[in-house]
Amino acid sequence: MTERQPAIVTHRLTRDFSSVRAVDQLTITVDAGTIYGFLGPNGAGKTTTLLLLLGLIDSSGGEAKVLGFDPWTHGSDLRERCGALLENPGLYDSLSAEDNLTFYARAWHLSPRIRRYRIRALLEQMGLWQRRRERVSKWSRGMRQKLAIARALLHQPSLLFLDEPTAGLDVVASHALRTQLAALVDAERITVFLTTHNMAEAEELCHRVAVIRDGTLLAVGSPEDLRAASSAHTVIRGCGGSVDAIRDGIDHQGTVIVNPDHGSDRWTLELDPSADISQIVRHLVLAGASVEEVSREKASLEKVFLDLMEEER
Amino acid sequence: MSRWTNELRDIRTVMWKERKGLLWSQGTRWRIALPLLSPLFIAIYLPWQAGSDWLEGYVSLLLCVAIPLLFVGISIPESFAGERERHTLPTLLASRLPDSAILLGKMFSCVGFSIVILLPALLVGAVVANSVAWRGSVAFYRPWVLLVDLGVALLVGGVIGSAGVLISLRSETVQGATQALMGVFLVPPMILAFVLMFFRDTLLPWLQGLGFASVLGCILGALAVANGFLLFLALRRFRRARLLLP
Repeated sequence: MTERQPAIVTHRLTRDFSSVRAVDQLTITVDAGTIYGFLGPNGAGKTTTLLLLLGLIDSSGGEAKVLGFDPWTHGSDLRERCGALLENPGLYDSLSAEDNLTFYARAWHLSPRIRRYRIRALLEQMGLWQRRRERVSKWSRGMRQKLAIARALLHQPSLLFLDEPTAGLDVVASHALRTQLAALVDAERITVFLTTHNMAEAEELCHRVAVIRDGTLLAVGSPEDLRAASSAHTVIRGCGGSVDAIRDGIDHQGTVIVNPDHGSDRWTLELDPSADISQIVRHLVLAGASVEEVSREKASLEKVFLDLMEEER
Repeated sequence: MSRWTNELRDIRTVMWKERKGLLWSQGTRWRIALPLLSPLFIAIYLPWQAGSDWLEGYVSLLLCVAIPLLFVGISIPESFAGERERHTLPTLLASRLPDSAILLGKMFSCVGFSIVILLPALLVGAVVANSVAWRGSVAFYRPWVLLVDLGVALLVGGVIGSAGVLISLRSETVQGATQALMGVFLVPPMILAFVLMFFRDTLLPWLQGLGFASVLGCILGALAVANGFLLFLALRRFRRARLLLP
């Protein structure tokens, strides 16, 4: 496959589970060498799409080409070139971290020398080398996720499927994993298909994102494009005054976010594009609040996502 | 590398993982070791009773049926249902390992382990038989007896392995697969016993007329046919796209 060919192309890809349509005529293109975020709430059809693209479940209609292969007729050719971290890390609890990697390295026919080199390089990069002989059953979720990512990258795949890689991790572990993942993807020059419902993750990592709900594609584009397409909104930051009075004053023209710092009286107002800003500022001053900043900001990806979900309802 | 060399390499890889999992998983070790106490008892008690007949006749066949029956019967339900229960099946299926290598690797592991356990048990039997019926020199199994013993063990292990894999492929839990397998292996002997009991006046003289060697040959033949059929069925039913239950 050349660099210019897309890594994944689907055309009206559909999957039904008895009466439920999990994926509905999905048409997407994922360029090679990019990180593609597949966003959606729980039950949107993200994992089903990923399993379809790996040829692990049959489709009910439509077509797909992954790395130029049909996932259902040339699944083995395709899987030879892919790495995957699915919904669960899929690690063998009774085996050590090193044995878990050795098994998959042997499965991909890596020679003993390359196997040793890759296992060491990846475990060192993930900070797990010193603990390689421990059984993974004793490990934390974060460590297991890191090991599962190392396993997926072991054979230097052309395409990496990651199904919510930071789900269930704390903020620090998620951030560390994202940083390591970005560095690894950069170093290994691979295409990544990432499903997530974490908007910060998508914004930080992805070149392009697709938003899906109930199996239907709602929007596709770069995070920047999606944010630009959504209306800019006004943010007012300040302190003091009664939060209840401020809330009454904006009268459904936006939301009040009270600063989470303990004991702080700071607040932020996110106003709707149609809000009457001068009237709200006047009200804030009369309510005894100090206005420190009024600015126009682009919507966050989270806001775009929530708006899309709201529109569909 | 040829297709067959690659296939063998993949089967060995799956067997490597199964061996590691079996030997290092504490719960599994005890679960498999405990039922082996009864074959161990057979390996001591029967040669003690049979003396030199243990080495020269076909009494040792009991051991060669009991060990694969118990060992494969206990370990094979784990093969796919266990992977499914532990959520390791999707990752295994997303690997490049071919369908046949995954299936045969798991089956050969269970049958292979049962043979590995059978060999020392046969040795223990030979030591006991020599101890109780010492003839001035060490006696060992007749080559023909040993060959039949190993053949029966392989065929019994193969039949249970193939049937167990077939059940495990579609079972959500190990417990479910074990119960289904027990059902499958309790019903045929019960039907056979019923038939023998009902037609004993006709069947027993006929079987006696055939002779032990012919009856044994028929049983071995039937086991070989059942083996081939069940293995073919298991390979046919192993479809990646249908193994991840919704």
